[in-house]
Amino acid sequence: MTTTSELRIEGLHASVAGSPILRGVDLVVRSGEVHAVMGPNGSGKSTLSHVLAGRPGYEVTAGSVALDGVDLLAMEPWERAQAGLFLALQYPIEVPGVQLIDVLEASFAAGGHDPSVVPALVGAEAERIGLDDRLLHRALNVDLSGGEKKRSETLQLAVLRPRIAVLDELDSGLDIDALRDCARRVEQASNDGLGVLAITHYSRLLDELRPDVVHIMVKGEIRESGGPDLATRLDVEGYAAWLPVGEEPTPEPAPDPYADPFADPLA
Amino acid sequence: MTVQQVQAALPGTDTARSLGGPAWLVERRVAAAERAQTMALPTTDEEMWRYSPIGDLDLARWALTSPPTQSVTDAPAAIGEVLTAMGSTAATVVVRNGHVVLAEVDPRWSDAGLRVGPVAVFDQVGAQGPEIGSVAGVPDDIFTTINEAFTPDPLLVSVPSGLAVTDPVVIVDWVDAAGALVPGRLVVHVGADADLELVEWQGGEDVDALCLPVTELAVSPAGRLRHVVVQERGRRTWQIGSLFAQAGQDASIITGQVALGGQYARTRTECRLVGRGAYGALTAAYLGEGDQTLDFRTVQRHDAPDTTSDLLFSGAVGDTSRSIYTGTITIAPTGRGSNANQANRNIKLDEGAWAESVPNLEIENNDVRCSHASTVGPVDADQLFYLQSRGVPPTEAERLIVSGFFDEPLTRLGNAVVAGRVRDEVARRLLARGADDGR
Repeated sequence: MTTTSELRIEGLHASVAGSPILRGVDLVVRSGEVHAVMGPNGSGKSTLSHVLAGRPGYEVTAGSVALDGVDLLAMEPWERAQAGLFLALQYPIEVPGVQLIDVLEASFAAGGHDPSVVPALVGAEAERIGLDDRLLHRALNVDLSGGEKKRSETLQLAVLRPRIAVLDELDSGLDIDALRDCARRVEQASNDGLGVLAITHYSRLLDELRPDVVHIMVKGEIRESGGPDLATRLDVEGYAAWLPVGEEPTPEPAPDPYADPFADPLA
Repeated sequence: MTVQQVQAALPGTDTARSLGGPAWLVERRVAAAERAQTMALPTTDEEMWRYSPIGDLDLARWALTSPPTQSVTDAPAAIGEVLTAMGSTAATVVVRNGHVVLAEVDPRWSDAGLRVGPVAVFDQVGAQGPEIGSVAGVPDDIFTTINEAFTPDPLLVSVPSGLAVTDPVVIVDWVDAAGALVPGRLVVHVGADADLELVEWQGGEDVDALCLPVTELAVSPAGRLRHVVVQERGRRTWQIGSLFAQAGQDASIITGQVALGGQYARTRTECRLVGRGAYGALTAAYLGEGDQTLDFRTVQRHDAPDTTSDLLFSGAVGDTSRSIYTGTITIAPTGRGSNANQANRNIKLDEGAWAESVPNLEIENNDVRCSHASTVGPVDADQLFYLQSRGVPPTEAERLIVSGFFDEPLTRLGNAVVAGRVRDEVARRLLARGADDGR
C-alpha cells in the first residue's frame, strides 16, 4: 500500500435499544499504526467495533467517522468494507452451506476485482496462517473451533487487504498458538501499511501484537491514551484507576462461552 | 364442491371401464369410480386441508386425455435434456399427460430381473407385478380415489430379491395438455435385500392442468430404496399428490422431493415403518415465487420397534407465495425404542410471503426418542451482516445465504446430478429475483 490512510472518529455517540453506550469517542488510526482499545466489560469497546462496521441495531446519535475523508456512517456495511474497513468479529457467525471462497469471490466481484484470483489467494493465506485446507470447503464457521474461526477471520483480512482493520477481541476463544499465528499475520499486514484498531480486554494480545498506542475506554469514552507502557500499568493496577471514585466496574454480564478456562482471573 | 357437483364434474364408471387392461384392473377402477361418486371435495375445515386453496378447485375444468398418437421422438426437447443429464440408467420411462409413452429397461438389468413398465409388460412375461394399493390401501380421500378410478397406465417397477441395481431408474413425467386431468400412478416394489435408486422428474409446459399423482413405495426386509422427485410443473398447473412408503424389517427408504413449480402443488407423504429396525428419511426442498402455494403434509408412522425416521423439509418463499407444512409423528404402542426427528425450516424472502408450519406428535409408547423443530423467519440478520461486513452487497449476500440454506436438504437427496441441477435452478431463480428488485 503506497498511500496513507486514516480512520478518523470524532465525538462518536451511539445507543443500543435507546441506551447510550458510546459517549463521545475520539480516535485517529493511520496506516501502519496499531492501536489497542482496552477497557473493562461494559465499557462500550465491542459497541465501537459494531458501530464502525454498521451492524444493525446500533444507532449513532452524534459524531462522525471518516475513512480518508469519506463519511463511513452514510454507507451500508458492505460499502464500508469495500471502502477499506474490515471487522474481525469476536464471535464469527456461522453461515450454513456457504463457503468462504464464494463469499470472498462475491466481495471481489462487487469491488470490481477479478474474483478468479481468490482461490489461489485463499490457498496461500491458509498455508501462511495454518488453517487446514479441508476447512476451506466447510460452510463458513460451521463446526470450526474457536481458534479455527479466528484463523479464518484473519485469513479473510489478509485476502481482502483492507486499509483499516478493527479486531474485536481477536484474543478471545482461541489457544495460544492460534493467537500467535493470527497476531503475527496482522502484524505483517500492519508492516505492509494496514492500520489496526485492536479491541481487547486482556493484555495478552498485546504481547504478540505490539501496539503503538493504547487507549483506555471506560463508560463509552476514551479516558486515557498512551504508549505500550499503559497496558503494563493496567496489568498491575487493573481498571480501577480510571473509574471515578465510588464507581464500581460494571459486573461481568454473561460468561464468555469461548473464554479460556485456564486464563488467569487476575490478569 | 358437494357430492352432486363432484358427480357432475367427474367422468363416470363407463369411462373407468373403458380404460382397458386386465379384468382385475378394470374392476378396481370401476369400484373406485363408484366410490368417487359418493365423495365431496374436502374443505379447509379439515386439518389436512387447513390453509390450502382447496375451495378454489373446480373439477369440471379438467378432463382425461386420450393416449398420444405421436411417437416418443416427438417428445419435447426438455425431456431428452433431462435424460441426457442423468447419464447411464437402468431403465428410462417417459410419461406424457399420464400415458406411458416409453419404458425401456437396459438388457443387462432386465436379464437380472428388473421390471419397469405398465401392467402389460408384466403380463407379457408372466411376472407378478407389485400390487396396486398394497401400500396406499383403500383410499380415504377423493383425489387418491379419482387416481385409482381413472389412472390410464399404472407404472410398475419391481426389483427382485437380492438384486442391487447400480444405475438409477429415471422417470420423466411430462404434462403439456391444457385442461388435462392427469392421474398418474407409480407402484414400486424393492425385494428383500435388493437396492434401487429411482428418480422422477415432473415437468411440463405452462398449462392449466390438474395432476393427481399417487406413488406407492414398498421395500421388503433389508431392501434399500433411494427415491427423489423433482417437481417443476408449469406455473398454472395444479398438483395434488400422495406418496405412500412402507419399509419392512431393517429396510431403508430415503425419499426426497424438490418443489419448484405449480400454481398449487401439494404432496401428502406417509412413511410407515412396519418392520423392526426399519429406517425412513424424508426430505424436501422448496422455493415458492409469484403467488404459488406449496403444500406438504407428512406422517411418520412407527408401527414396529427400534425404527428410525428422520424428516427435514426446508423451503423459502418469495413474493406473495405461500408454503404450508403440517407433519405428524405417530408412534404406535408397538413402536418401542423408536427414534423420530422432524424439522421444518422456512425462510420468508419477502414481506408478502407466508409460511405456515405445524408439527404434531402422537406418541403411544414411552420408550421412544422424538424431536421436532420448526422455524419461520426472514434471512438471518446476523448472517446478512456478516457477509456484508466482508464487502458482499445485500442482494448477493441473501442469494448466498439462501443457496446455502438449501445445501443440507439437497445433499440429503443423495443424487449429485439431481442436486446439482436443482442448485443451478435455485441459483438462477434467486439471481432473477435480485434483478427484478432492481437492487
